[in-house]
Amino acid sequence: MRFAFTDEQEQFRTSVRRFLRDRSPMTEVRRLMTTPKGYDPTVWQQLGQELGLAGLQVPVQFGGQGFGFGELGIALEEMGRALLCAPFFASAVFATEALLNGATESEQHALLPQIASGERIATLAWAEHDGRWETSSITLSATETRDGFVLNGTKNFVIDGHIADCIIVAGRIINSFGDDGVALFVVDAPCSGLERRLLETIDTTRKQAELTFNQVPARRLGHAGSGAAALRRTADHAAVALSCEMVGGARVLLENAVEYAGLRMQFGRPVGSFQAIKHKCADLLLDVELANAAACCAAAAIAEADPEVPALAALAKACASEAYLRAATEAIQIHGGIGFTWDQDTHLWFKRAQSSAVMLGDASYHREKYLQYVEAAV
Amino acid sequence: MTELTEQVVREDVRHWLAANWDPERSLVEWRNQLADTGWGMPHWPQAWLGRGLPVALLPAIEAEFEAIGAVGVARIGIRLLAAATLLEHGSDGHKARFLRRILTGEDTWCQLFSEPGSGSDLAGATTRADFDGVRWVVNGQKLWTTSAHHSQWGLLLARTDWDLPKHAGMSYFIIDMTQPGIEVQPLRQMNGYASFNQVFFSDAAVPPENLVGKVGDGWKIAMTTLAHERRGADALRRWGRVSDRQGHIYDEERQEIETVMEPYRWYAQRAGRVDLVLPRAHETGRLADPTVRQEISRLLMLSRCAEWLAHRARHAKELGRPEGPEGSLGKLAASNVARAAANVHRRVSGASAMLAGTDGPHDGLIAEILLSVPATSIAGGTDEIQRNIIAERVLDMPKEPRLDTGPFRDVPRNPPRAR
Repeated sequence: MRFAFTDEQEQFRTSVRRFLRDRSPMTEVRRLMTTPKGYDPTVWQQLGQELGLAGLQVPVQFGGQGFGFGELGIALEEMGRALLCAPFFASAVFATEALLNGATESEQHALLPQIASGERIATLAWAEHDGRWETSSITLSATETRDGFVLNGTKNFVIDGHIADCIIVAGRIINSFGDDGVALFVVDAPCSGLERRLLETIDTTRKQAELTFNQVPARRLGHAGSGAAALRRTADHAAVALSCEMVGGARVLLENAVEYAGLRMQFGRPVGSFQAIKHKCADLLLDVELANAAACCAAAAIAEADPEVPALAALAKACASEAYLRAATEAIQIHGGIGFTWDQDTHLWFKRAQSSAVMLGDASYHREKYLQYVEAAV
Repeated sequence: MTELTEQVVREDVRHWLAANWDPERSLVEWRNQLADTGWGMPHWPQAWLGRGLPVALLPAIEAEFEAIGAVGVARIGIRLLAAATLLEHGSDGHKARFLRRILTGEDTWCQLFSEPGSGSDLAGATTRADFDGVRWVVNGQKLWTTSAHHSQWGLLLARTDWDLPKHAGMSYFIIDMTQPGIEVQPLRQMNGYASFNQVFFSDAAVPPENLVGKVGDGWKIAMTTLAHERRGADALRRWGRVSDRQGHIYDEERQEIETVMEPYRWYAQRAGRVDLVLPRAHETGRLADPTVRQEISRLLMLSRCAEWLAHRARHAKELGRPEGPEGSLGKLAASNVARAAANVHRRVSGASAMLAGTDGPHDGLIAEILLSVPATSIAGGTDEIQRNIIAERVLDMPKEPRLDTGPFRDVPRNPPRAR
């Protein structure tokens, strides 16, 4: 397990942080979150082509940088701090992991290079109206035709689904039951029969869409019968990635709250000198450090192909969900009245925390999952 | 000059052990030889019973001792805190007089810092030492003193000047615990054990040569002792392991360990016994309750993350980074784990959580957990003190205004505790 970053990793963090500070300041976050598209194509292009971030963990032969999941975690932590408005999680994490885990090598050759360079934006459409990222919840049907499949059904909570031009779809072979009938498909968007509706979300810095498929032509990915296992691995990896992003957000909330508490004067002294505030901050730091340890260890486990990845992913997501929410709630509290205003930035992370806490399953869901892994291991 | 590589040192110690180790020797005789040759404390200076070797080589040397089953110098208890303090601040006279018998285990030491009136605020101590022209005369009361009832010597923090600010008016002494002016009484805890003592001083005497450092250096020197206390906590478990090997020297060592470890019998329960949670939940059938499952899982996650945090702190120490206030995060995490574990144990046990002793689950072990956990968030610095340290030294938050910076005489304090 990894307990300290290497010098190279720290340099990498510094360069990502500098890029985001210059290209994604809060003024830009506030501007982009009100646009329907939700990202800046110029910044996205720089992020993909100059920094190579869009294909960080993708092997070199598929056009990526060939780094480990550890570096991906660092990049996500920084993006979580900056609240970057970009289809990074959808394309470089969720869809990319689905392809890395579920597509054949020739499909990976065909699809990954353009995604890894940022030229194409991809996403994974999995959850439906019940809001569960589980294989048993997949009802969107796939019917085989002469030259592929046609898809019918609705996908919900599709991250950046309104702008993606490559949509990986989790579907079910028509009239099938159980995991065997689950398969991954790829749809080029826009296309006839695909209706995309931007959803109104609490967190406007990350867009979501509802996608309705009506006789949409699609190609199947991967070998028959491999879809469910690929999706589960994808969910684990995405949960760890999201945890890293959430830890970054939680940490910057704490830093901002501590800074404000040191400046804000009440009763003739900084409010940060009161133990009621100090102890809150100390508890938050502990939460952040524990969640950080969990996320880092889970990321390292993926990099090392540790068999414990599913359990550690559940652990990381549960801890990060609670730490981020608590940090966001207390950060507003520590700011007091100003923290409830629109002009103060804290609510933007608060909204990301609310949304990320339930995306890919909430803390209770992951706690139950973790206990099942622990029980199976003894 | 031979380079002191690990390999060279390993061979040195292996040869020496092969020539000298014999499990039928007496413990004190063997340890005297360890002190004479410096193999007992190889990282101590050559002038003072060591070999002046770098600390980094200690694990290799210990491994050689362990491989052959050789007993080391006496290490458990307060003795090594005393030794470290004397090495750093003691006079040559102190070192010559006390270090050897610390290592042989002939002398037991205790630490006389906490008082009924000063727990978290250690610098508020009111036990006084007054010089009468010939000797220091000590009066007052100390508390939470492990091993005081069988100690020869105590490390005493006492007030020698009441007109100075609190930290500046304290001095550090070595006090003979066997004299008539000292009375030791066991202190019974809420879990029924009496692992600590209260110590009463009535005109107890300290000869001038047993002052450590200068008058007024007490606080600084006490900080040295406490820094070593934090470092030693990890090692307690390792050194307290009883060997099942055959031989006269092992019998003597077992006896020593039993005596010194006796006060720590309930310490595993104090930490919450997370290891027992799942087996107990199986036993009682409560694993079927989804709300109990959530609590158990939350606890197991917290405990696992806390282990990682501790591991990371150790890793940083191994890389040579100084042990900082981050230790407070680990201590706070341990408190949270212990409390959560006690709560889960109570839920899992249901009505039988009311029972203790032989009527209670696991012969009273669960009751012992419930009644020992409250110590975790108090002993060794309360959770509140840890949070202050984290906030002020890690997060760099502003300090609380203080009301105790003037002459100690004028600082409001607690009335003396009735006997």
